[in-house]
Amino acid sequence: MLITQLKAKETIVSLAAGKKVFIINCQGCKEVHFPEAEVKELEKELADSGNVTGTITTDYICNPENMKLRLEKHKSEIEAADAVLVFSCGVGVQTVAGYLEDKKVYAACDTYPLPGFQGVTPLEYNCDQCGECYLNLTGGICPITACSKSLVNGQCGGSKNGKCEVDSEMECGWERIYRRLAQVGRLDALKCPTQVRNFATDDEVSK
Amino acid sequence: MKITEAFERGEFVVTAEVGPPKGFHIEHVLEEAKTYLSGITAVNVTDNQSSVMRLGSLATCKALKDEGLTPIFQLTCRDRNRIALQSDLLSAAMFGIENLLLLTGDHTKLGDHKAAKPVFDLDSVSLIHTVKQLEAGVDLGGNDLVGEAPKFAKGAVVSPCSDSVDAQLAKMERKVAAGCDYFQTQAVFEPEKFIQFMEKAKQFGKPVQVGIIIPKSAGMAKFMNNNVAGIHVPDEMIEELKKDKEKTKAGITGVEIAARIIKECRPYCQGVHIMALGWESKVPELLKQAGI
Ligand code: SF4
Ligand code: SF4
Repeated sequence: MLITQLKAKETIVSLAAGKKVFIINCQGCKEVHFPEAEVKELEKELADSGNVTGTITTDYICNPENMKLRLEKHKSEIEAADAVLVFSCGVGVQTVAGYLEDKKVYAACDTYPLPGFQGVTPLEYNCDQCGECYLNLTGGICPITACSKSLVNGQCGGSKNGKCEVDSEMECGWERIYRRLAQVGRLDALKCPTQVRNFATDDEVSK
Repeated sequence: MKITEAFERGEFVVTAEVGPPKGFHIEHVLEEAKTYLSGITAVNVTDNQSSVMRLGSLATCKALKDEGLTPIFQLTCRDRNRIALQSDLLSAAMFGIENLLLLTGDHTKLGDHKAAKPVFDLDSVSLIHTVKQLEAGVDLGGNDLVGEAPKFAKGAVVSPCSDSVDAQLAKMERKVAAGCDYFQTQAVFEPEKFIQFMEKAKQFGKPVQVGIIIPKSAGMAKFMNNNVAGIHVPDEMIEELKKDKEKTKAGITGVEIAARIIKECRPYCQGVHIMALGWESKVPELLKQAGI
């Protein structure tokens, strides 16, 4: 079981500021608790500001086939948007970011673990439920699971020929992140303040 | 003495590196350092380099300092969490060790304890940020330190000949933003690449020491090409090492090559950092040939 929690409202508003956004809502997966009511309220506010090109609410966007089918129907709305805002767990956001290669894809939620059974098996993407989702700083590629050291401030010196120092079969996660940020014109995300991880998130959620 | 003072004086700053042994007798390390490295600005001490367990960096720094050398304490995030890192930084301050080189560290899988837990609670950037915070009298948990706050020269590394040089430059910029004072680079064998890198890196306004390894043999060069990130020894250099086996074995060819690289890079950087890898005795001759 995991829990997704809406990022701070100011964070989400600033992600959408001055941009046309397409909104993807993932609900209805039993394994994840979503903050449904808050999401609805926030989306209404965003829609009232007139910058939303379209919204879909669906389930299992972590399943690439399912997600592609759903998004295809909204192709023109997505094309008209500058960014796609995803309300889902970390796997869902990564699946969308992986598919919409040339779009800015933002995570609107943080994903935390809850003790107990985790149901959905991620197909292609991984989320470690770190509780402070970094996907908005990393072009929708998870630095916690795509980098062998889970680095959150950039590439280490160990990448050779684009491969990770730990595993010559594995592409360096930060190489992918850098390429992706360059592709969507978001290299400025690398100039963010120093990130210090918080391993106390368990505690905070249960508080 | 802080290494930053030497940069401020406009010196071309020379440092070299020593690796503590796997054991606790360091008389011969100290002897070598005193004999061959006492003329240079400072001596780096590696921190369980390549994830191979060895005598501690901090203790070795203290022993070097007692011998009158200026140590640079290398500190990685692989083996300690933020509590242990900060504690070691305070210990360094207590010993009067003023120079740091702050690194993420190699992964445990690369070393001789592959079953060890890799820590990486912090990384090189957040570790620089942590030192900066200690210098302001506050620890990373937001608690005030008692008494005087420590002050360090904060160094970091960058890999100028990496095949992901843009990602490396982005990381370098984050290190500068976090408070890094100076840089030492991964070993350079391609001066053109280093010069191109410096064209971009000079905007950060921080001193950079070019990293130098004295190539010991063609085999070593090939090994580095296949296994060490950010290092590429060009074919002509490998040929040069193959030409006269005796000369190469005696270290003469390696020193010639290294001196040439230093001379080519010197106009573009603020110092040189020599990783002698056991050939500390060749450092004085290398510096002489490089005209330093
Ligand atoms: S950064 Fe990665 S581990 Fe953390 S919540 Fe996002 S997807 Fe999950
Ligand atoms: S090589 Fe890349 S993926 Fe591997 S630990 Fe370093 S930054 Fe992470």
